Amino acid sequence: MSLLCLAPILTQHEIAPRHFLLTFRAPAMAKVAQPGQFVHVRCGDTLDPLLRRPLSLHGIDRTKGTLTLLYRVVGKGTARLSRMQPGEALDVIGPLGRGFSLSLPFGQVVNEAVVVGGGIGVAPLLPLIEALLNQGSQVTVLLGARSADGLLGLKAFEQTGARVEIATDDGSLGVKGNVADLLKNWLTRGTVLPAGSGCVYACGPAPMLRTIWQMCAAHQIPLQVSLEERMGCGVGACLACVCRVTRTDEGKNKEISDDNNVKSSLALAADSDWKYARVCVEGPVFWGEEVLLDE
Amino acid sequence: MSRVASFPGAKPANSDSSRKSQMSDFQECEVQNRRDQVDNKQSPVNLAVNVGGIRMVNPVTTGSGTFGFGPEYAPYLDLRQLGAITVKGITLEPRLGNPVPRIVETPAGMLNAIGLQNPGVEAFIRDHLPYLREVGVPVIVNIAGNTVEDYAAVAERLDQAPGVAGLEVNISCPNVKKGGLQFGTDPVMAAEVIGAVRASTKLPVIAKLSPNVTNIVAMAESVAQAGANALSLINTLLGMAIDVQARRPVLANVVGGLSGPAIKPVAVRMVWQVAQAVDLPIIGMGGITTAEDALEFILAGATAVAVGTANFINPRATLEVVAGLAAYCEANGIKDINELVGWAWKMSC
Ligand SMILES: Cc1cc2nc3c(=O)[nH]c(=O)nc-3n(C[C@H](O)[C@H](O)[C@H](O)COP(=O)(O)OP(=O)(O)OC[C@H]3O[C@@H](n4cnc5c(N)ncnc54)[C@H](O)[C@@H]3O)c2cc1C
Ligand SMILES: Cc1cc2nc3c(=O)[nH]c(=O)nc-3n(C[C@H](O)[C@H](O)[C@H](O)COP(=O)(O)O)c2cc1C
Ligand code: FES
Repeated sequence: MSLLCLAPILTQHEIAPRHFLLTFRAPAMAKVAQPGQFVHVRCGDTLDPLLRRPLSLHGIDRTKGTLTLLYRVVGKGTARLSRMQPGEALDVIGPLGRGFSLSLPFGQVVNEAVVVGGGIGVAPLLPLIEALLNQGSQVTVLLGARSADGLLGLKAFEQTGARVEIATDDGSLGVKGNVADLLKNWLTRGTVLPAGSGCVYACGPAPMLRTIWQMCAAHQIPLQVSLEERMGCGVGACLACVCRVTRTDEGKNKEISDDNNVKSSLALAADSDWKYARVCVEGPVFWGEEVLLDE
Repeated sequence: MSRVASFPGAKPANSDSSRKSQMSDFQECEVQNRRDQVDNKQSPVNLAVNVGGIRMVNPVTTGSGTFGFGPEYAPYLDLRQLGAITVKGITLEPRLGNPVPRIVETPAGMLNAIGLQNPGVEAFIRDHLPYLREVGVPVIVNIAGNTVEDYAAVAERLDQAPGVAGLEVNISCPNVKKGGLQFGTDPVMAAEVIGAVRASTKLPVIAKLSPNVTNIVAMAESVAQAGANALSLINTLLGMAIDVQARRPVLANVVGGLSGPAIKPVAVRMVWQVAQAVDLPIIGMGGITTAEDALEFILAGATAVAVGTANFINPRATLEVVAGLAAYCEANGIKDINELVGWAWKMSC
């Protein structure tokens, strides 16, 4: 059940240039929040910026009744959010969406997990790793960034006790390259995930997700990806935040294009196997086999 | 359960944050869901209105396409307190909608090009209408189509579906190239659509007008003649935004419909003009976020109002408008909200 709250901000820290860690009190939200879910946050009370901003849960503390966000300042909304002070009330809706699953589609618990994060995409992964470790899964974390100082909250990931491997584009820390390379090494090293109980989890920039999605499909390894898309409502009402998923339901040829003159993806869809799903409700986490990330 | 490790190098964002954060330890998170509900029957003010045969306990409905089919917002407010619920546009066949990006934020507004994604009229009746019937408030079904025949067919199908209070005919959606704009900007074609819908149903027919015309009054007169029982105005204003980094349009559809506070003055002006020229009840909409905004529309001549984009920012905006309207009437000695309809021109002329 999702809540609409005015939640007091407890702390806000700039942990790296333009990257902030914000903790607020919301016991009722923390109680039901799952790793991979997000909140829809109002960045101030003016009409510009108008819309809320979706941000993942980076920390869920049920005992303290707090939630933590890790975000990068990219535009108007996040810039305003970063200026909010402890004691101010955060206007927030959540928890929203479908989070990560700790078991596979047919119910087997994930025994061995590889968790892959790139850039700010690491945000939702911390609570996932903690939950996986809690249920006794083996967890390897592959983190990537442009350079060493872009590796956000590295300490926190190391402190979970999970094994952490690092890649940076400039080689300033860990392997020179990107996380997809790490995953590839990991897969070709022969350390294959146990059939039937292994799973890859990924969050990061779209090109990285696409590569990982293709890699996992080729190796037939279960994958869960967390996607981003522009959001209006965040609750499933406006249909702004869609992504393509495979169709399994009947009548797949019935969704016809409304414009026969334009050879767009609409026309393609008429006889193809996909439909649109809402990232805010059916996602943000999707199974690799259901989502379509090819161009 | 997870914890957040401390970041050794982290500095508080502001110097006196420790003091404030201690203070806030005593402050509790305020859950807003379903707070301060309005009781339509308890209020000493009559808020009930009749929109072309649709009886609403208060003048507030939802903007089509901004409130889904209702259940999406049920966690945040008691849907039974709404005057009506206007659902997402429905077509005869299912529609996929446009590629992403489908929206972009603009100053005090947003552009959308959803492309009328909807499950089609059969799936709507089967999967969504039963829920709405349970809620018990009047359900206004927004309909759209590519051809006059499409509109008539959807209207005919909904006429037989129990639980529909009225049809809002979208002749103004700017996103679907073959329908929308053409019907909505040509008075003759608009009248043709409304006439066909009128002939296909006994339900109240509301014509939803596009603001993308030079003469809104001519459009209103034309659909009134064709048998519309009420008017909705306005739909979104055609606009676009360009990504200067990528040097191309932001929306996959290139153009989209502008909504939100930015369009309110245009909408109020159109309601003002049409209300004085055409003797039909109006559902006013376009940028309403507060009761004060809604009052502008009512004073301009709207009998009811719809809250659209504001739902995204404040899921409780509809009910806050209802409460604010009641409070305004009480404070100003207005016993019946209908007295206020068109006041701004009735009293000054
Ligand atoms: C489910 C989900 C979870 C997210 N979690 C995080 C997180 O934990 N940390 C973090 O730093 N960022 C996260 N993002 C991205 C974050 O929402 C955007 O960076 C933010 O909305 C940018 O707002 P702005 O006003 O600063 O930027 P602007 O560029 O000014 O925003 C303009 C508009 O575009 C939208 N927008 C811009 N970038 C994105 C984006 N990448 N995804 C979706 N909408 C966007 C904004 O919401 C706004 O409506 C997440 C996005 C989604 C969809
Ligand atoms: C995301 C979105 C989807 C919409 N879909 C429809 C629709 O399907 N049919 C329709 O007649 N109007 C649609 N509209 C227009 C609204 O119902 C309303 O007329 C318009 O947004 C102006 O009101 P507002 O500023 O309060 O949003 C849509 C608007 C938005 C923002
Ligand atoms: S943001 Fe409105 S449906 Fe997802």
